[in-house]
Amino acid sequence: MLGQIAYALPFLAQGFAVTLWVSLLVVVLSLVAGVMMGVGLVYGPAPLRWAVRIFSDTIRGIPILVLIFFVYYGLPAVGLHLESFWAAVLALTLFKTAQVIEYLRGAVGSIPKGQSEAAMAIGLTFRQRLAYVIFPQAFRRFLPPWINGVTDAVKGSALVSLLGITDLMHAINQVIGRTYEAMPLYILGAVIYFAVNYALSLASRRLERRFSFIRE
Amino acid sequence: MGYTLNFNLIWRHFDKLWGGLLLSLELAVISIAIGILIGLLLAVWYVSAGRAVRTVIAAYVEFIRNVPLILLVYLVFYGLPTVVDIAYSAQTSFVATLSLYSGAYLVEVFRSGLEAVPRGQIDAGKAIGLTPWQRLVHVRLPTMLRITLPALSNTFLSLFKDTSVASVISVPELTYGAQWINFNTFRIVEVYLVVTAMYLLTGYALLFALRLVERRFRAAH
Repeated sequence: MLGQIAYALPFLAQGFAVTLWVSLLVVVLSLVAGVMMGVGLVYGPAPLRWAVRIFSDTIRGIPILVLIFFVYYGLPAVGLHLESFWAAVLALTLFKTAQVIEYLRGAVGSIPKGQSEAAMAIGLTFRQRLAYVIFPQAFRRFLPPWINGVTDAVKGSALVSLLGITDLMHAINQVIGRTYEAMPLYILGAVIYFAVNYALSLASRRLERRFSFIRE
Repeated sequence: MGYTLNFNLIWRHFDKLWGGLLLSLELAVISIAIGILIGLLLAVWYVSAGRAVRTVIAAYVEFIRNVPLILLVYLVFYGLPTVVDIAYSAQTSFVATLSLYSGAYLVEVFRSGLEAVPRGQIDAGKAIGLTPWQRLVHVRLPTMLRITLPALSNTFLSLFKDTSVASVISVPELTYGAQWINFNTFRIVEVYLVVTAMYLLTGYALLFALRLVERRFRAAH
């Protein structure tokens, strides 16, 4: 049994690399998209605010799995052909972007209005207000939940296995298909996911504690 | 685009989606009921127990929260029967998994809720001569439930969405129904539009109803 698992380790490691790669892409892309749309939600004109609100509430209201299938099977139907890997990354990014929008709204919303008004009074432009006044203060509210939310991207990435992408989850199922050692391999997989996500949630908790002393 | 929407085939197979939605709700309700039992028991045990018990409960909570649900579903359905001599249907297996899953989230919810019960209430209970058990049942739990109600409804809503993962072990819930129609009629865009609407409408209807309940039972300040 152990021999078979040891034999499969390089294959599992490749799958793990795909899991990390998908998660990294999703986290980076959703951070950029989410912060931009979040700023739109807080400061944008009414139509933009509604559009972002509807986007976020729709995405957060449906299961990630439905979103993944919708993007994967739906895009080719309307003539857009994406490789399954990129369809999966796109779907997970949409899901994660909605989360980032809400983290950003929460973080920026927690900054007292007087800060913005004071910045306006000394003649800072909108960009300067964001860059020098709002974001530096909102950052410490944003970071802990965001890092904790990275675990959602890692956990969500296991669903891409359903599109035939050989991530860690899919690699485990394939090795089980050959060796019939279901339990040891699922436990091994669980331990690997746990190690990554637990490290992230510990980091989140530590940051939260570190930032908490400056809270007003 | 070259894609014409045609919902006829969706309506013809709508019983698959409707039945699926009802099953999704059923799975979520049963799972949260068992999850609440697990959560309450472990949370009460946690706050009154020694270090060893706390470590074990915390390990359960952290393990479940940091592993993908799909892996837990596979582990219980395909993995467990290979080492223990039990047999169960996919549906039972999924309910067991989702109950353990929600239990882990609810331990945390209830634990912090118990800690948020004002000290004065417990002291007042002591002052009128309630036993520790009476203080738990008549003072701490009712207040804790009021405090945790919003978190409880959020957990229920996300469980409702998580039932979609049951489709990977062929439990015929809503997402499974969507895939069935997807593969058998190829009205792909239509079926996912309809299913998205069904998840959204059900989810927001539930949210609205739960917010009403919360307002009725809001913790008095």
